[in-house]
Amino acid sequence: MSRQNWILIAILVLMGLIPVTGSRYYVFLLTDILIFGLFALSLNLLLGYTGLVSFGHAAYFGIGCYACGLLIKKAGLSFGIAFAATGFFGAAAALIIGFFCVRLTRIYFALLTLAFSQIVWAIVFKWNSLTGGDTGIYDINFPKFLDSRTKYFYFTLAVVSISVLILRKIVNSPFGRILMTIRDNPERTEFIGINVKLFQLLAFIISGFFSAISGGLFAVFNHSIFPDFCYWPVSAEVLIMTILGGMYSFFGPLVGAAVLLYLRMEVTSYTVYWPFILGTILILLLFFFPGGIVGFIENQIKRWRSSK
Amino acid sequence: MILQVDNLAKSFDGFIAVAGVSFQIEKGELCSIIGPNGAGKTTVFNIITGHLSMDKGRVVFNGMDISRLPAHKICRLGLGRSFQRINIFSRLTVFENIQAAVLTHRGKSLSFFTSVQPLFQEETEEILVSVGLQDHRDAVSGPLAYGFQKQLELGIALASNPKMLLLDEPTAGMSRQETKGTIELIGKIVREKGLTLLFTEHDMSVVFSISERIMVLHQGQLIASGPPDEVRTNQDVQKIYIGESRCS
Amino acid sequence: MSFDLSFVVLQLLNGLTNAMFIFLIASGLSIIFGVLGVLNFAHGSLYMLGAYATYQCVSLFVDSPGQFWWAVIAASVAVALLGGIIERLLLRRLYHQEELNQLLLTYALVLVLGDLARFIWGVDQLSVSRPAVLRGAVEILGQYFPKYNVFILFLGPCVAFLFWFFMLRTRWGRMVRAAALDRETLGALGVNVDRLFTVVFMIGSWFGALGGALVAPVITIRPGMDVEIIINAFIVVVIGGLGSFWGTFLGALIVGPVYALGILVFPRLSMIFIYVIMVVVLMTRPWGLLGRPLQR
Repeated sequence: MSRQNWILIAILVLMGLIPVTGSRYYVFLLTDILIFGLFALSLNLLLGYTGLVSFGHAAYFGIGCYACGLLIKKAGLSFGIAFAATGFFGAAAALIIGFFCVRLTRIYFALLTLAFSQIVWAIVFKWNSLTGGDTGIYDINFPKFLDSRTKYFYFTLAVVSISVLILRKIVNSPFGRILMTIRDNPERTEFIGINVKLFQLLAFIISGFFSAISGGLFAVFNHSIFPDFCYWPVSAEVLIMTILGGMYSFFGPLVGAAVLLYLRMEVTSYTVYWPFILGTILILLLFFFPGGIVGFIENQIKRWRSSK
Repeated sequence: MILQVDNLAKSFDGFIAVAGVSFQIEKGELCSIIGPNGAGKTTVFNIITGHLSMDKGRVVFNGMDISRLPAHKICRLGLGRSFQRINIFSRLTVFENIQAAVLTHRGKSLSFFTSVQPLFQEETEEILVSVGLQDHRDAVSGPLAYGFQKQLELGIALASNPKMLLLDEPTAGMSRQETKGTIELIGKIVREKGLTLLFTEHDMSVVFSISERIMVLHQGQLIASGPPDEVRTNQDVQKIYIGESRCS
Repeated sequence: MSFDLSFVVLQLLNGLTNAMFIFLIASGLSIIFGVLGVLNFAHGSLYMLGAYATYQCVSLFVDSPGQFWWAVIAASVAVALLGGIIERLLLRRLYHQEELNQLLLTYALVLVLGDLARFIWGVDQLSVSRPAVLRGAVEILGQYFPKYNVFILFLGPCVAFLFWFFMLRTRWGRMVRAAALDRETLGALGVNVDRLFTVVFMIGSWFGALGGALVAPVITIRPGMDVEIIINAFIVVVIGGLGSFWGTFLGALIVGPVYALGILVFPRLSMIFIYVIMVVVLMTRPWGLLGRPLQR
């Protein structure tokens, strides 16, 4: 096995040991990080691997939240079935929305994804009888077999690990390689015989699937869901996580989610002006660390190696 | 006959770029299209390869009407092309650039869970060697020198194992020396693999040294076609080229 | 359901009033995109700051006659200057980078400026009273329509024509239009492109802030108004055509009334209508109703 895989297993084991420390704080934070890390990783399949800037990924996260929440609360399904279905709702939405979006490029693609996500938000916001509108849905409880924060943490860890494994397989597959050629040069990719729009759509669907999974995890973790989860600033936040960690490395978005959520947790205990801090971090990032945290570290390692 | 172009026409916003161009190319022929800037060479290429839609006309490749096919399907039928400006996958290594084209050609592009790394190593290496890039195998292609990038483009086009190559100014931006080397390379590959070649080129010495047949495009129309000696002495052609050199 | 005609007319007028507000805001966004090529998320923040600054100035100028008008001018000019500083210090450095980075920078500004406003003015809802001459209402078909709205209905087209005239007849206007068409040749013609960009960003900011200043008397000023308005401004600009001035006017004239009348017929669906219009325009004419396709 490669060295990287050993490191990953070590990290996984360490994370699995966190609840042993008895810290409710870290269990909570880590669950949050895993969920949003998965969300950011799935966004990055589009952003860093396919070169498509989606400004409407809140839609698939929100659809995941509401699919899971509504299937449990309104349809009365068990958690297991509801959660298993969640990803497919996200994928279906991504199929329909993506079908239209991949016809456009660059800024127009971003605007169209934004418009669609706002439609999703408006539907959730206005469809009172189903979604509870502005008040949202409450009391989405842990299922019986996961009736504590710790158990739910292990469940999240398992789901996210498997998802990450699959995503990593995908980006290292021929399909993933073709996505990268599309990112670098869609025109040329067409001329090596690839139906570019089809590949973009497939990436969109996979991304929507895993975004919805993360949304489903979050709905139960948070016990309640609101239309705000589909609102456009959520799309912006997950973009920030992704580039904070680094969009050109596979684990970058996960690192970005970890750093951002940890900072938010710490900062909000001192001041209400977290958005100001986040905005400042983002500006510094754009000016001084355009490759994100992981990109910066990789560069330093490269420099250190070549100086030896 | 491998390529037949019938009465091709295209205009942009009222500007007529191509006005009824027809020609045929036999299998194994080495042909070039020349003409002053704006004569419509690139537009003809873009239409044949499915990058642009045509207003009128028909393109038949290898006995199949490809007039309305999307670019990626035309490529799969065995029509490879390169571009005037550099068109490579700049964040990928040289090897990965070519491997992507090879695995697409081999129908592996839609496998999601096999590892891409070990696929088609030998085949990719072969192409690397044939375009002279074996020493730059693992270099990221974006920062490579211009000449190497042009060679890489050729490699990508070859990786789809085409029956026919359309090269748009394969030596654009190169020095005299580089141009000579590149053209020799192209000629060698084309003959070895028994490909058909259609290319555009601004350097007349190159055109006349390699082409078996030259077609001259002027203001969207084909005004001459024939072996180099015949074209060289054609009065219309001389008029255009002398006229152009006086202007520029 | 049946509607009283006069009620429908009034609602239409309300929709048109909103259209004029959103036109003022969105025109700034559109000019900035047209010339600088930047989709400015922070435009909503400049609008919000315009409203807060108007509130501040009104309370500063409390004893002077015409306090509201002075406040509108002072506030919008102040925000325009802030826009100039933002362009000079921050945005300028990212022009050569990917669109994503520019987008994220303007979003960072949304966060920073939003918190700045919250720090200075708190989270309470603030209000500005209408200027004395425009208090009260006029009667239209037996319904009452605020005089202030009548004023806005006239002001919107006036500003549009004045600006159009400025663009058509002045040297600066010609440069701005040329820059929107082709940025590269402008530099070659000896125009100071750096300064032009700053000025254009200031003009755009001024429009946003003017919208905020003028809307102050008819809404409550509060945190969050920035992120709400920006999407509406995007919609208007997209429908009309990114970078197209009259397109923005048309977009506003579509969105305002459609929303206002839609709310009468399908109260729940009105908002969705607007987004659907945006989607349909993007699908069929991504460059908008009156815009030109990007030639790149």
